[in-house]
Amino acid sequence: MPEPATQPKLKNPVLRTRQPTLPPASRSRVALGLTAAAARGRLELQVCRDCGAVQFPPREVCRTCLSHCLVWRLQDGRGELLTETMLRNAQELFFRERLPWRVGIIHLDAGVNVIAFVHASVGAAPCRVHIKAALDRAGQAVLIAVPEHGRLDLSQDPKLREMTCDPRSRKILVTDGKSALGQAVVRALAEAGAERIWIGEAERWKKAPGFEALRELPQAMIVPLDVTDGNSVRELAGEIGAKVDILVNTCDCHRTFSIASRRGVETAQLEMDVNYFGLLRLAQEFGPVIKARAADGPTSAVAWVNMLSIFALSNYPTHGTYSASKAAAFSLSQALRAELGQAGVRVINIFPGPIDDEWDQLERPPKLSPSGVASAVVEALKGSVEDVYPGDVAQDWLARHLDNPKGLERELSEGAQ
Amino acid sequence: MNAAKKGEATTPPTDLRAILSGVIGSSGVRLVDLTQTLSPDFPPIVLPPEMGQSRPFRMEEISRYDDRGPGWYWNNVSFGEHTGTHFDAPIHWISGRDRPNNSLDTLPIEHFIAPACVIDCGAEASANADFLLTVGHIAAWEKQHGRIPAGSWVLMRTDWSKRTDAVAYQNLDETGQHTPGPDPDCVRLLVNERDVLGFGTETIGTDAGQAAHFAPPYPCHYYMHGAGKYGLQCLCNLDRLPATGALIVAAPLKILGGSGSPLRVFAIVPASRGGG
Repeated sequence: MPEPATQPKLKNPVLRTRQPTLPPASRSRVALGLTAAAARGRLELQVCRDCGAVQFPPREVCRTCLSHCLVWRLQDGRGELLTETMLRNAQELFFRERLPWRVGIIHLDAGVNVIAFVHASVGAAPCRVHIKAALDRAGQAVLIAVPEHGRLDLSQDPKLREMTCDPRSRKILVTDGKSALGQAVVRALAEAGAERIWIGEAERWKKAPGFEALRELPQAMIVPLDVTDGNSVRELAGEIGAKVDILVNTCDCHRTFSIASRRGVETAQLEMDVNYFGLLRLAQEFGPVIKARAADGPTSAVAWVNMLSIFALSNYPTHGTYSASKAAAFSLSQALRAELGQAGVRVINIFPGPIDDEWDQLERPPKLSPSGVASAVVEALKGSVEDVYPGDVAQDWLARHLDNPKGLERELSEGAQ
Repeated sequence: MNAAKKGEATTPPTDLRAILSGVIGSSGVRLVDLTQTLSPDFPPIVLPPEMGQSRPFRMEEISRYDDRGPGWYWNNVSFGEHTGTHFDAPIHWISGRDRPNNSLDTLPIEHFIAPACVIDCGAEASANADFLLTVGHIAAWEKQHGRIPAGSWVLMRTDWSKRTDAVAYQNLDETGQHTPGPDPDCVRLLVNERDVLGFGTETIGTDAGQAAHFAPPYPCHYYMHGAGKYGLQCLCNLDRLPATGALIVAAPLKILGGSGSPLRVFAIVPASRGGG
């Protein structure tokens, strides 16, 4: 299995920085169902409610009985690679710049044929394979054939690695390294082979347990960053912006108030200032320069990670103002995704459930450990997803939200006193 | 102006200015700026995070000769009332809440210029961050410089303002803040027996960093404001003032119901007096 290059060559500064190109991004509305699932790392295909036939490609009516009742259902993706070819010509710039491409036709056990990229680790056709859905650089779903019993490890395929945002050898800014979560993210990224990690530190005069120990990491560099201060964000972006390949925004202000339990708006404003305006300030200062480096060699700028909360999906009334600020940040992250997506930079949103920290102290288990969330961040970067819901609570809320948003709203309101 | 009678020549205001600039411009008087620069980097007061927080100084551009306003540069600023070099009015503390004229908009303007007694605790504070000013220190100072006159500012010089690193300035550890200030007996003496105008420090509070553990908690705030006295915090350049003889100009913003405000504080000092 080919190993990814551990030490990418340094950039030649006399050559023009390559401009990003994207694979074709247009999809019909119905085909976006594939993307919606792939964004969460799932392979879903349409299934006919009337006759049970599985559909591919996505369509409006059933290929066997013409029923309109097609619903997206999770697939196991098992099938047989019937035939494969090496694509050596392409008109699309993105494919042309990366020729050749290994593609194949797979007959799924579910009864349909699909065209997929064939992972380098798959043997010659015919053979049994496993089809996975992934997001390409345009943010759209593509299918990838991997060995039947293998995991989808895109970083092990030199070409498909481009669909990931693998932190290995990359330079990463973690915007707040003082919280337990921020520290865990820094350590997980170091473990994953990041070349450099800038660690944002606000309010230097407040010592955070564990923070000083981060200085011992060889790739760590602590930098002043307070996202409530536009000048601070601008200074740092000027200093290191053109070097940041991945930005992980761990800045979070979590206060646990309902509307009635806190008079005035000061605390809510602080939450908004960090969680929403902080993201906006970062996006304005770091966004353009990250976007400009989206094709800058093997360690180009690739990703922007936002630490949101499952409370962003539906307001958790006992954490009412915090939920609102996270919902605002979620909304802004969609705008950021649209802007950075033009260059192929992926915006990944993490929606954890309650974390085992001081602000979720009164939440009952199960709670996520900071290191658990950090692992989810690294896994998302190594993979090709954009929405991550780590932990049982987040998965449960998401399922209830997708099934019946109003239902979840009512259920959450029962906890409000 | 009040002496002017009908028919008599009045003194034009330009002459008053001429008199003042003559005094200030001559070698007779110098001005000393006692104000820290307001900037986002200047540390604000630290309270437990679940409590209401005083906003640090922040500045966002409205426009800078650009598409947002082609010909002009200006900012929106925000900050808590008690940010940077700032003034505490009696209404700031619960003990002063029922005092007459206790908020910024009602303070007597006559109080905005007042004499200062500067007590040099620089050596003590540099040896001990938790240094407390006591009645004994006041007695020693008065022996040398005379009794503290009623209506004057008492300024505690600690040279704390020379700690330009914010971490050293805050001086926080696991047991809280360690900065110098007055002890409760000292405050009672200044309030009850000297009838001072207020108390000023170079640190973030008029009280010592550990004053939450005093009886009463935060005695300088409690007694001073309870008696209608004022506070000045985050002062600098106190080492350039004489022990006596300086006039302090400290006029806070006129905020309706305001409990305090950042302000420009300066001293008018006779050039003949020491203090650097």
